[in-house]
Amino acid sequence: MRRRRAAFVVRAAILAALIAMLEVGCRTGAIDPLTVIPPSDMVASMVGQIGSGELDASIVSTFSTILIAFVLAVILGIATGATIHRFARLRDVADPLLASYYSVPTFIFYPLLVALLGLGKAPLVVLGILSAVPAVVISTLSGLDSVAPVLMKVARVHRLTAARTLWWIVLPAALPHLFTGFKLALSYALIGVIAGEFILSGSGLGYAISFAYQSFDNRTMYGAMLFVLLVAVIANGILYMWEGRLARRRSRG
Amino acid sequence: MTGQCHVSLREAVRRYDGPPAVHALGPVNLEIRRGEFFSVVGPSGCGKSTLLDVISGLVRPSSGSVHFEDKELRGEVPDGVGVVFQEDSSMPWLSVRDNVAFGLRTSGLPKKEVAGRVDHAIRFMGLAQFAGHYPAQLSGGMRQRVCIARTLVLRPRLILLDEPFGALDQQTRLLMGDELLRLWRETGATVLLITHALDEAAMLSDRVGVMSARPGHFIDMVETGWPRDRDSRVISDPKFGALTARLWSSLREESLKTMGHAA
Amino acid sequence: MSDLSLETAQAATATRRPARVLDVVVLIAVVLGLWHVIGTWTHGVAIAPPLQTLVYLAGLLHTEMFWSHAAATLEAFLLAFVLSALMGLALGLIFGVRRFAGEVAEPILAGFYTIPKVTLYPVVLLLFGLGMSAKVAFGVMHGLVPMTLFTLGAVRNLPPVLVRTARVLRLSPGRTMRWVLIPACLPDIVNGLRISFSLSLLGVLIGEMFSSQRGLGFLLVNGMAQNNVPLSTAIVTVIVAIAIAANTLMLRFVRRFARRADEMAG
Repeated sequence: MRRRRAAFVVRAAILAALIAMLEVGCRTGAIDPLTVIPPSDMVASMVGQIGSGELDASIVSTFSTILIAFVLAVILGIATGATIHRFARLRDVADPLLASYYSVPTFIFYPLLVALLGLGKAPLVVLGILSAVPAVVISTLSGLDSVAPVLMKVARVHRLTAARTLWWIVLPAALPHLFTGFKLALSYALIGVIAGEFILSGSGLGYAISFAYQSFDNRTMYGAMLFVLLVAVIANGILYMWEGRLARRRSRG
Repeated sequence: MTGQCHVSLREAVRRYDGPPAVHALGPVNLEIRRGEFFSVVGPSGCGKSTLLDVISGLVRPSSGSVHFEDKELRGEVPDGVGVVFQEDSSMPWLSVRDNVAFGLRTSGLPKKEVAGRVDHAIRFMGLAQFAGHYPAQLSGGMRQRVCIARTLVLRPRLILLDEPFGALDQQTRLLMGDELLRLWRETGATVLLITHALDEAAMLSDRVGVMSARPGHFIDMVETGWPRDRDSRVISDPKFGALTARLWSSLREESLKTMGHAA
Repeated sequence: MSDLSLETAQAATATRRPARVLDVVVLIAVVLGLWHVIGTWTHGVAIAPPLQTLVYLAGLLHTEMFWSHAAATLEAFLLAFVLSALMGLALGLIFGVRRFAGEVAEPILAGFYTIPKVTLYPVVLLLFGLGMSAKVAFGVMHGLVPMTLFTLGAVRNLPPVLVRTARVLRLSPGRTMRWVLIPACLPDIVNGLRISFSLSLLGVLIGEMFSSQRGLGFLLVNGMAQNNVPLSTAIVTVIVAIAIAANTLMLRFVRRFARRADEMAG
């Protein structure tokens, strides 16, 4: 515990030092201001853009897309995972597919999706789902695999109905795996949607960054970029902590 | 203790059609008396756990029959039977108290009655200080107590235990054996204990059945003749050594057979 | 490590039965059928049907234009992959052996792994300028972290009893490394290579799609822009095929090691 705290302090110190070096480098002109702006300016730009409300539309558009993609990915992923788990023969086919899914750069489908569905929310949602679904499927499978056979025997000894067995035993037993899957699904959906907006889109935070870059507006670009990265880091951090709490209760110590 | 028959198996056989097909058990003929403490010992892989599955109703015999309280079992666990498994079957997402109460979730009993029974079982198993803990915070022996308490709240008339102390160290086993005897005396339930430890069987039981190598059937039945209020101190009784020796002489041949199979 | 372990979860359960040939044939037929239906249903505005794509691809493979773009992608990718692999291996070993440094670095690396790195691409472009080096840098940004994390995990999760055995047998540090550490870590390292491979490819392709005049990523976006549907479909097909083939090869390798480990354990 003490060691962990020490690591935390050192980590924070290193990050702070890096930011400070960047700040000094920019202020003294050692770093070309056309390349990187000082971190304090990034923060000021971010606060300014949020305060003025110019990012509001992008924020709403991006996060609603991510949310829709995430929810659909969770529903689809659990349904698919449970179905594959149920039928061994299906699983024999699905396993190698899932194993190679990650190797395919899903993102290259995006231009095809745009052509198919038009430039708008729809291709982004589909891209988000394509990025997020395998994580949910895999975690559903490993969650269901992880339910100890002895607990299923306990269910039978207590003469539980199928629904109660699912609700009282299978779901809680599989929950840690499912949660990891949800966490990954959210971060993959976020990466997919923002990447899509960035490359080819007319709205959203990714588009805002890309637009600012194309129009040589470094200040706006860095502000929006910082915002996106902060949101991603904070969201992942919260989920990571939840996951840890869930796991800690179930592990020794 | 009455001599009335509580559980009976007639020519019970269990086969698993593979591949590979396995003849796991039987034919077994057995009568367990009401209120008896009956243990089963046998070489590893002889079908002891299958016997428990068959008696509990978790598994139907392929042929022959099993009766509990004069009713034939047909692949369903009947009311009045509690099972404690070899593996830790406590639920890691529930506190000790909720684990114990799990058994009564479907009972439809009034809340007060449930709370009373849960409290009693928790106290009886010495878990009172740990009621709010989660299984992960407990030792293996304590977790097995949680599982026993979860069975106790159901007030079973037949308690089946499948090597419940298999994963525990020797001292803890002896103490858990005492707990088990106390539980047996106070509940008046019939107990069937499956174990691979000859000393455990010799110390705890009224009667010990020795099983052959697979397909398991009974090759010896030993009455221990211990008084009802015995405890782990019987291991210093000269009779204990003789009992254990008798069990081992019945079992030695069979154990050698299974070792030969493994090699 | 939980983030990355999921990607290899399937590799770990690889002792399962192989799928039946019939099922695989049915699956391929279903995928091709769906592809065909979408292609014809939308009159080829977005996706060319499989047969048309294959014919187009066969023609494409005879053009010099395709090969020059493919060479550009391949060059950037190979550079990015090799750099990611070597740097990741070195960093992972350092962080694995130096426990405290590992504890400090791991959350930063894991955090970097889950952020949308595309948003940083403009910075890469500003730093490296348009061209090959920006693509390579972006590929490394994607591929370096998983390689580092996998190597780190492999070293950290090494059973201590192996190291103790090496000491009991009085192996020199060099032999301990060669005979014990590296063989014990190899499956994880190959898994790291596998993920690193896919992600550095993704990084290079995204770089090409965003702003580049060369490479398969550029060709894909360009095909889209010029309404050349067979071209973009053919490019996607080529990339997917290569990615799956490479991944399958590396998975085989990992599984061979996993099986050997199983046999030793069982």
